[in-house]
Amino acid sequence: MSAQIQVQVNGKSHDSEVEPRLLLVHYLRDVLGLTGTHVGCETSICGACTVLLDGKAVKSCTLLAVQASGSEITTIEGLSALGTSNGNGLHPVQEGFWEKHGLQCGYCTPGMILTSVELLQRNPNPTQTDIRHAISGNLCRCTGYQHIVQAVEYAAKKMKSKKR
Amino acid sequence: MATATRQVAKPSTHQIGKPLKRKEDPRLIQGLAHYVDDIVLPGMQYAAILRSPYAHAKIRSIDVSKAQAAPGVSLVITGADVRGSLGIVPCAAQIPDMKSAPRPALAQDRVRFVGEGVALVVATGRYAARDAVDLIEVDYEPLTPVVDPEKAMEKGSPVLYDEHKDNVAYRWELEGGDVKAAFKKADKVVKQRLVNQRLIPAAMEPRGVVAEYKPGERLLTVWSSTQIPHLLRTQIAAMLDVPEFSVRVITPEVGGGFGSKLNVYAEEGLIGYLAMRLGTPVKWIESRRENFQTTIHGRDQIDDVEVAFKKDGTILGLRVHVIADLGAYYQLLTPLIPTLTGLMASGCYKIPAIRVEIVGVLTNKMSTDAYRGAGRPEATYLVERTLDLVAAELKKDPADVRRKNFPKLSEFPYATPTGVIYDSANYPRSLDLALKLADYKKLRQEQAKARKEGRVMGIGLSTYVEICAMGPSSAMPAGGWESATVRIEPSGMVNIMTGSSPHGQGQETSFAQIGAEILGLEPDDVNVIHGDTSIVPYGIGTFGSRATAVGGTAVYKSLMKLREKLATFAGFLLEENPSKLVFENMKIYSKSQPKKSIGFGEVVAAAYTAKKLPPNMEPGLDATTFFEPTNFTFPFGAHICVVEIDKDTGDVHLTKYVAVDDCGNVLNPLLVDGQVHGGIVQSFGQAMMEEAVYDEQGQLITGELTDYAIPRAADMPWMETDRTVTPSPVNPMGVKGVGEAGTIGATPALANAVVDALSPFGVRHVDMPFKRERIWKLMQKGSRRAK
Repeated sequence: MSAQIQVQVNGKSHDSEVEPRLLLVHYLRDVLGLTGTHVGCETSICGACTVLLDGKAVKSCTLLAVQASGSEITTIEGLSALGTSNGNGLHPVQEGFWEKHGLQCGYCTPGMILTSVELLQRNPNPTQTDIRHAISGNLCRCTGYQHIVQAVEYAAKKMKSKKR
Repeated sequence: MATATRQVAKPSTHQIGKPLKRKEDPRLIQGLAHYVDDIVLPGMQYAAILRSPYAHAKIRSIDVSKAQAAPGVSLVITGADVRGSLGIVPCAAQIPDMKSAPRPALAQDRVRFVGEGVALVVATGRYAARDAVDLIEVDYEPLTPVVDPEKAMEKGSPVLYDEHKDNVAYRWELEGGDVKAAFKKADKVVKQRLVNQRLIPAAMEPRGVVAEYKPGERLLTVWSSTQIPHLLRTQIAAMLDVPEFSVRVITPEVGGGFGSKLNVYAEEGLIGYLAMRLGTPVKWIESRRENFQTTIHGRDQIDDVEVAFKKDGTILGLRVHVIADLGAYYQLLTPLIPTLTGLMASGCYKIPAIRVEIVGVLTNKMSTDAYRGAGRPEATYLVERTLDLVAAELKKDPADVRRKNFPKLSEFPYATPTGVIYDSANYPRSLDLALKLADYKKLRQEQAKARKEGRVMGIGLSTYVEICAMGPSSAMPAGGWESATVRIEPSGMVNIMTGSSPHGQGQETSFAQIGAEILGLEPDDVNVIHGDTSIVPYGIGTFGSRATAVGGTAVYKSLMKLREKLATFAGFLLEENPSKLVFENMKIYSKSQPKKSIGFGEVVAAAYTAKKLPPNMEPGLDATTFFEPTNFTFPFGAHICVVEIDKDTGDVHLTKYVAVDDCGNVLNPLLVDGQVHGGIVQSFGQAMMEEAVYDEQGQLITGELTDYAIPRAADMPWMETDRTVTPSPVNPMGVKGVGEAGTIGATPALANAVVDALSPFGVRHVDMPFKRERIWKLMQKGSRRAK
């Protein structure tokens, strides 16, 4: 049994035939080869699989690919197009993670970055408490979160100065 | 060489010490990095493992016929298939009179913990393999499980291994100084039982293995998420009984280890075996449940402590009895880890007499092994809790009792009664700085006020020392040196090939900083390669806070060899004494006559074109060092924190955290802060929420991240970190290591704060984790008693 889906991923349209039980994260990774989205827990606790689905940060390990049909998805591979005028270079959040040492092993990083992007779309002036709450659905075992908080603050500042 | 060393000690282009942002980050922040599960090979098949639902059982029979017939399935194997053709999981630790507890790659007629591999399916897809696992039928004969380590030691307890008469794996003793005399002359003696609960390392990336066999080349390539690529290669070759040159291990990006990937696992042998047997590449990726059930656990000690001291707070002697729950089988270092608790039982104090007894016990659980800190957090925890017990007993300030017992500066290097020699330290300096940063006096005033107002506030201190830079080979099962080859390519670009295997720590950056500093280049001119046994020289790996102090020193020494050779070439070309040359801004020039100068690239080219060689000089620029440290290093520090407990709910809120760490000289302060932050938060996890719980049937009931909490961003306040710098004399860069400092220093500070907060309720000690129910009950009991 298979189902037909149509999704827009990082600006590119895909028509695929998939098993109805195929998880979105496996569709992105194994079918489309977008391996920047990681699997950490399969129970939507850790957030390593976070992607943007129609602009909202969702955990792709507990969504079926068929549920995403008709949606627009942004993964870490497509983020620069979202954050920069020419589609090249780094999104300010990516830049913040680099500048502030917001990552160590890097496994949680794509999910952490996408959750932060969504936060800044919702709330361009987050306090540290806002940031900590916003990323509390994303687990990091390496950094202790402090540099991540600073990375998001850096990005918020940068995005504000760009708008002016 | 000596001259050159002096020049580098005062370098012209300072790359060492800079907060350089990481060279490894661009690929990681753009989704361009490759972890094991990102590797796809043509014709690759997927493996899934059927695991035991019983903690202790005999396997009567296994029927794989339905699974074998399932769509996409190419092979199903059981223990019988690997018997004789795949060796056991290796253990490198040896303790005198230790009982054996060998782990087969797949269970052989008996299972000894929930999650032990019983059968394995290979199929064309992830889902097909997983589906077929459910079709395997196993007939088990359940046996009584042994779960509680104290009950496991009792006469009449069921025994895990028929060949053993009981479950005691070993007894280990260590005594230094006259312990009996110390307790005899003491004014006071305090006893306490401390439980250091079992933890799950929970690296964000579970383990994973891909293997591919090329029969023409007779080469098995294994990609594994490991901290020890070379040791793994040696062990896979031994498990498969193939020549070591027929195995290549590649460590791709590794998503965290914390010691849990400092091991050789059954699956690493199994997937290699399957790739050879099937002739196609095979991938196995651990699920999170498997990760919790079958990747090593940490800690799990019951420590009975007895301390003898004088009225003025001087500690005279310490007795420690450790019951260490080893689990069912030995993984790579399982029996060894608790002994590190013994070695570090002196803490950062002058305790003249110490006796440590350790009983290692086998139970029907996953093996314990090295988890970030590995034996030393347990030591620091018991020593630091003990210091607070002494302070409480004498009604003295915990800071004063600590200060009273620090060895004098003139006593360094300080030899402990447990037989280790602390290289260098200044304990009062780090304590003073932490007290100042925390504004300790004011905190105590605030606490007094809070108590009057009926609030429950506690202040916790910990002054720690840890043993790092593992280590002298005499003390290490597989050698404690580290290797590095540095090759300057004809274009002038530098390749550093390190035996260390960084997996988040940032050595691609910090080692490039060493290279840039020594050769007068930019860090971007220096590339760091690691984790491929066909490219880098045989190495030991990354664990025990050793990559910088041991691996980095090997890098440093290889670079110095090349610098000397380059200076000889440059001196020859410039007609200048090589010892008078400066390396700076991609130039090599005379210190006294800077116009006598030659481009770095020109000298490199001269070494390769070899038209005009200095006398007795070989062409080429390639140097290898195997650095053997003469001692461990002993980083130290002082942590202070404040907690406020909700009287109604028992919730513990951490409101302030100050950490002063001394890891010797610092190569890159950003990386050091990152290590300290991460370590503190892992400690916070142990103190507040983490606990691997097995029920009486040996079921792991904290088997997913849904049931085993690890800290989230919102749990933590801002951490204030600072440093003192006491260089280590053990290596030329004076570095000590910082990877485990946070997990060693922070746990006792947090525990001491919680006990301090609860002291008005008559609480003298409470075991971790400080979950609200436990804390609330203690407050209720204390309040009733007060009434």
